[in-house]
Amino acid sequence: MYVAVKGGERAIDNAHRLLAHARRGDPAVPEVAPAQIREQLALAVDRVMTEGSLYDRDLAAIAIKQARGDLVEAAFLVRAFRTTLPRFGATDPIDTAAMQVARRVSATFKDIPGGQVLGPTFDYTHRLIDFLLEAGADIAEPARAAADPAAMPRVTDLLGHDDLIERNPPGDPDAPVPDLTREPLDLPAGRDLRLQNLARGDEGFLLALGYSTQRGFGRTHPFAGEIRLGEVELEFVAEDVGFAVPLGEITVTECQMVNQFKGSATEPPRFTRGYGLAFGHCERKTMGMALVDRALRAGELGEEVKAPAQDEEFVLMHSDNVQATGFVEHLKLPHYVDFQAELGLIRQMRAEIAARAAAGSPDGTTLQEAAE
Amino acid sequence: MTAIANVSDSSQNARKATMAAVSRATIAELAGLDALAGDAVRVLRAPEIGLVMVRGRVGGDGAPFNLGEATVTRAAVALPDGVIGFGHVLGRDKDKARLAALADALWQAPATRDAVEALLRPVRERIAAETALKRERAAATRVDFFTMVRGDN
Repeated sequence: MYVAVKGGERAIDNAHRLLAHARRGDPAVPEVAPAQIREQLALAVDRVMTEGSLYDRDLAAIAIKQARGDLVEAAFLVRAFRTTLPRFGATDPIDTAAMQVARRVSATFKDIPGGQVLGPTFDYTHRLIDFLLEAGADIAEPARAAADPAAMPRVTDLLGHDDLIERNPPGDPDAPVPDLTREPLDLPAGRDLRLQNLARGDEGFLLALGYSTQRGFGRTHPFAGEIRLGEVELEFVAEDVGFAVPLGEITVTECQMVNQFKGSATEPPRFTRGYGLAFGHCERKTMGMALVDRALRAGELGEEVKAPAQDEEFVLMHSDNVQATGFVEHLKLPHYVDFQAELGLIRQMRAEIAARAAAGSPDGTTLQEAAE
Repeated sequence: MTAIANVSDSSQNARKATMAAVSRATIAELAGLDALAGDAVRVLRAPEIGLVMVRGRVGGDGAPFNLGEATVTRAAVALPDGVIGFGHVLGRDKDKARLAALADALWQAPATRDAVEALLRPVRERIAAETALKRERAAATRVDFFTMVRGDN
């Protein structure tokens, strides 16, 4: 129950002034600029864009500064901002096979066209704190090598030619694409709607659920078929122009999980796939997403549904950290009247028990009845 | 018929390529467009910030799904002779959207196309150089596998 209460305005104003002061930190330390966050905390920016579901590096950087580095709060700010803008339309689906690849690895095939390109990665680092970063040492110029002009096909497309791995039907190009920002999430959801939900879902939640499938809660025997990071061109059919106009490039991360499938009455044994896609460089997120995407296909593939990661309602209704934080954190707001009602009830129950005890009630059963 | 369609296709492709170069240009690189246009440009649509829903495909190759939105700014201008130019650029820079619309209009007008192309030439060269550098830096992180020689015993 919510009751309007007046009287907190001055306290709230002063709390927000104090927040601005705390955000600034020690004034003897130079203030951080959003452009510095954009350039030097790029993975935080990428996470906020992905979970805020809005590609805008500058905006995400301001949100991170405003939120004092709280990335869920920053995603919340970005989500709120997007509600103030009109939508011009939808882009043509991005073509990740045509990506300008900055990183591309496959854990399933060593020799793939285009090769294994490590790119800027934490993999194989020793995870030792680098005190040179505190000292501000010069950065070595990156090494260069002759670029391979050959295309870099998706690994799953290579396997697909032999029918050893499932292909995804291209779908009806005229069919509407479901959008959970326009229509409330309706269950059961198609895979397209599930992927939209997972793409904006909380990285920690998807990581934990993906991990749970590896530990046996809905085991799917995954291999990282391919992870690729790079820039893709966005094109948007502007009706007044009459053709698809290029908008510029965005960076995305894509993960293709390849999973065992023992076959069914109608299908031969074949590898199946889970898919992850996110704005920016969000590798852990896309891996968790791909594991959960595959787990959620259990019903479709005739597998027993018994683990949390396979439960569509459990996953899709709890993946969004902006919704989750809204409901959990609303518990901080005044619930004085609710609590007064509960307090009154407890007092009444205790009074009734005391009255019965005083009247010489025989044993403790009345105590339990009263508690119920 | 086919020939005409091809000409119009190639003209549209050239226009798209111009838009693509403009979308990657900086404001400073496009600043010369105002002088090319003169004062008689009419604003048909003042620069407006909005969203497009970015779509991906299920599995990369399947049916479309909604990945998330991106900010886009759009504008439209008309030259005195009626040629209309459209600007659509990622981000929230209104001046860039206006300049993109101007570039599109001036490129379509035969009298100014060459000047627009000349203005964009260094932009294209910069983009090509940056792309090549990125590719070369990525290529240096490519793994060269080699097989260890097996002993006989």
